[in-house]
Amino acid sequence: MTKTATPQSSGGDVRLQGISKTYGSFTAVHPLDLTVPAGSFFALLGASGCGKTTTLRMIAGLEEPTTGTVELAGQDVTVLPPYKRQVNTVFQNYALFPHLDIYENVAFGLRRRGVKSVKKQVEEMLDLVQLGPMARRKPQQLSGGQQQRVAVARALINHPQVLLLDEPLGALDLKLRRQMQLELKRIQTEVGITFVHVTHDQEEAMTMADTVAVMNGGRVEQLGAPADLYENPATTFVANFLGTSNLIEAEVVEAGGDELLLKAADAKLRLPAARCSASARTGEKVLAGVRPEKVALRHADDAGSITEGHNRLPGRIKDASFIGVSTQYVIDVPGLGELAVYEQNIERDGRLVPGAEVVLHWSPAHTFGLDATQDIQAGADLDEEAA
Amino acid sequence: MTTTETPAPPQEQTAAPLEVRKTPARKRLVPYWLLLPGILWLIVFFAAPLVYQASTSIQTGSLEEGFKVTWHFATYWDALGEYWPQFLRSVGYAGIATALCLLLGYPLAYLIAFKAGRWRNVVMILVIAPFFTSFLIRTLAWKTILADGGPVVAALNSLHLLDVTSALGITEGHRVLATPLAVVCGLTYNFLPFMVLPLYTSLERIDPRLHEAAGDLYARPATTFRRVTFPLSMPGVVAGTLLTFIPAAGDYINAELLGSTDQKMIGNVIQSQFLRVLDYPTAAALSFILMAAILAMVTIYIRKSGTEDLV
Amino acid sequence: MAASSTTATTAKTTATTAPTNGRTPNKGLRWLRRNIITLAGLGTLGYLILPNLVVMVFSFNKPNGRFNYQWQRFSTDAWTDPCGVADLCGSLGLSLQIAVWATVGATVLGTMIAFALARYRFRARAGVNTLIFLPMAMPEVVMAASLATLFLNMGIQFGFWTILIAHIMFCLSFVVTAVKARVMSMDPRLEQAAQDLYASPTQTFLRVTLPIAAPGIAAGALLSFALSFDDFIITNFNAGSTVTFPMFVWGSAQRGTPVQINVIGTAMFLVAVLCVVVGQLAGKRRKRS
Repeated sequence: MTKTATPQSSGGDVRLQGISKTYGSFTAVHPLDLTVPAGSFFALLGASGCGKTTTLRMIAGLEEPTTGTVELAGQDVTVLPPYKRQVNTVFQNYALFPHLDIYENVAFGLRRRGVKSVKKQVEEMLDLVQLGPMARRKPQQLSGGQQQRVAVARALINHPQVLLLDEPLGALDLKLRRQMQLELKRIQTEVGITFVHVTHDQEEAMTMADTVAVMNGGRVEQLGAPADLYENPATTFVANFLGTSNLIEAEVVEAGGDELLLKAADAKLRLPAARCSASARTGEKVLAGVRPEKVALRHADDAGSITEGHNRLPGRIKDASFIGVSTQYVIDVPGLGELAVYEQNIERDGRLVPGAEVVLHWSPAHTFGLDATQDIQAGADLDEEAA
Repeated sequence: MTTTETPAPPQEQTAAPLEVRKTPARKRLVPYWLLLPGILWLIVFFAAPLVYQASTSIQTGSLEEGFKVTWHFATYWDALGEYWPQFLRSVGYAGIATALCLLLGYPLAYLIAFKAGRWRNVVMILVIAPFFTSFLIRTLAWKTILADGGPVVAALNSLHLLDVTSALGITEGHRVLATPLAVVCGLTYNFLPFMVLPLYTSLERIDPRLHEAAGDLYARPATTFRRVTFPLSMPGVVAGTLLTFIPAAGDYINAELLGSTDQKMIGNVIQSQFLRVLDYPTAAALSFILMAAILAMVTIYIRKSGTEDLV
Repeated sequence: MAASSTTATTAKTTATTAPTNGRTPNKGLRWLRRNIITLAGLGTLGYLILPNLVVMVFSFNKPNGRFNYQWQRFSTDAWTDPCGVADLCGSLGLSLQIAVWATVGATVLGTMIAFALARYRFRARAGVNTLIFLPMAMPEVVMAASLATLFLNMGIQFGFWTILIAHIMFCLSFVVTAVKARVMSMDPRLEQAAQDLYASPTQTFLRVTLPIAAPGIAAGALLSFALSFDDFIITNFNAGSTVTFPMFVWGSAQRGTPVQINVIGTAMFLVAVLCVVVGQLAGKRRKRS
């Protein structure tokens, strides 16, 4: 075994260069370059079948890349089998050994590396995840949340350079998932190990990760900090998959300055040139996007009081659903279809009921522009699909 | 999963894979090494003998002079001409025994799967435990149970049932032993567990809530059984009937121990031709016909019942 | 679609009329109707166990003639002297010996095949599956006669080895089926997790795969033992003059059945039941603690 005897406590960086994976004629992952800095919390986000798990498995060594190389902390490990890599995985559904008790599950990695006295370390680890009294139970006697913590303990006890998490919270209910998200984030900050986290849950990715890579069809669509991805999506897929976006088909009528002037149906919209990822010469089509919570509603009678310079669109309320913190409206805008608007429930205007004529308005700074040749529906309704 | 069309993102590269890795040959050979000894065993001691037997069936000669392949296909016609009653009897007895096994075994499997509750393990043990007394001893026990002066025959006699069965030709006079009834009874008994266990396995997989759902949707218990339970247990029914019919059709123990010369089945003929008469070509031809007939029947049956994935 | 909705409506109309029929105060008949399946099942169970009871009762018989088919009077002679009949215990020992070796052989070979089938993709897979399935779909008498033909033509002496070869042959398929089912239902991520936790392929196999597949292997081995120990037809053709326990019983059906046969049959039955009960109790206790 070529493994270093004394594991480093700090994380290592992961560098993927041109790695791809094909199964017969199907390409699961297109050639991909990716660097995960040491000590960061990195999320691979995408719908099922987008190649995110395959990418993770190539880092773990469970899948050999068809092309390209994997480097861990500066060392090329592309052809190294999983048991010789300083990487551990928290598997989807945990993959706890059913024939071993919790103690032996956690001790498994240490024993395989020939560590003589594992007792102290295992007990400390079990205490860390608050499972000390459960040590002699079998995995199937534990609840989902407890099994998840065993899986984390079993991986972390080896002090890997990188911890890989494959949908680690997918099997838990919503409340427990929230709790475990915070817990995992806390552990990551504490131990300083590089975490690479695969998930289909955009909220989970944004809550936990420093950097998120959104994958679709075997490719990385966009990579960045969560807030950056959310505010400045580069593709319709990212715009629709991360949260919800209103995408409006528009034509550039004036370009050249800091601001583009667009024409959508009969309305004029303004878009900061810096926030348009597509080429936008006069006469070209672009998609103007705006997040529902950035849009405000005003009853048509009060349209005169809207702040000067805001983008405006007239419409009629089609549907309104009250969900506590906010009210979600579906507005029918003539010529543009249906747009979503989320209004905070601070001062509710009693006239904003289905059928009412309204004006939508928002600050041009919140508008983003996308290439109009894309599928406008890409990534919509995908995020809730089970991975 | 809907794949959505998106334009190529910026990092898309021209398809120029540098080097494509392949699994090393050593690794690809692992399954063949695992298979080798066992498969070789089956080829040498199962498949090859069948070929050998096929060749024996067209040989002529005698024990003293030895046998030679003379492409003597007449052996087949002679064998069929002489022993067709035994063939028909085998198929008939095995068919009736299989039907009886299904009829008797289904309630028992159902009982274990849905009604036994905490007695389930006990009943299971009672089904399997008899296996551990040699089946020849148990078959001999039927000689006692069905004995001419025994309580069973006495009871059947007092109910005049034996008169009915005699009229139907399945018993003779006032006795059960050495009649078709005894042989079929023994066959049914011997292969009943092979019916009950697969039936139980497939019944046990049925979610009991399906019964409630059917009841909720206005199905009476009988309808629930016909429309829900029985269709879902089909894999067990198919496996059970095969596991019962195939060995029953080739059996010669029940006919030998419980029947008379009038109940000889094809298994008895093969056994005596091979071990007593030492007419190997005839024995080979007969077992070849039996094998072909059973394989044909099994294939048709599996096709008809639509459970090809059974294998 | 149309057909199913029609049946639903007819079922509904009958359902509404059902209570009027059910109100007939014949309690006994209603009880009978509700429990008919249980009664039928218990009846079948009785049919299955009756011969065992007869074997047990007749192990205390003292028959007048050579055959133990008619009850005469109570005696424990056979129980106090189970080996009192010539060749009986020798044949029993031989059967046990053959069963043990056949189990070992079939379990090792069968487990290897099962792993290859469950874990690897390779060519000739369909052919291998057919070769495994056929012995189970073949009447024993056909396999028995053809294998004996081979031995005859090869001039191989019938005896212990021919019996063992035959038994391994027909037990193999059952082991493959039992083990394959278990390995297939095993989550492949468990082995990946072991590799991820620094277990080499050998360690992974010994520490994870084998222990998890163990119940399937045990089931296959147990089945092999029972099949081999109890086999008559294939042994009948391939034993020559060697006498296993079933062959002894077969022979005694012609020459005269000693009571000792019933003693051994009963003892095996009781030992088996005892093993199962002890195993179950041990399992329960382990679960509780």
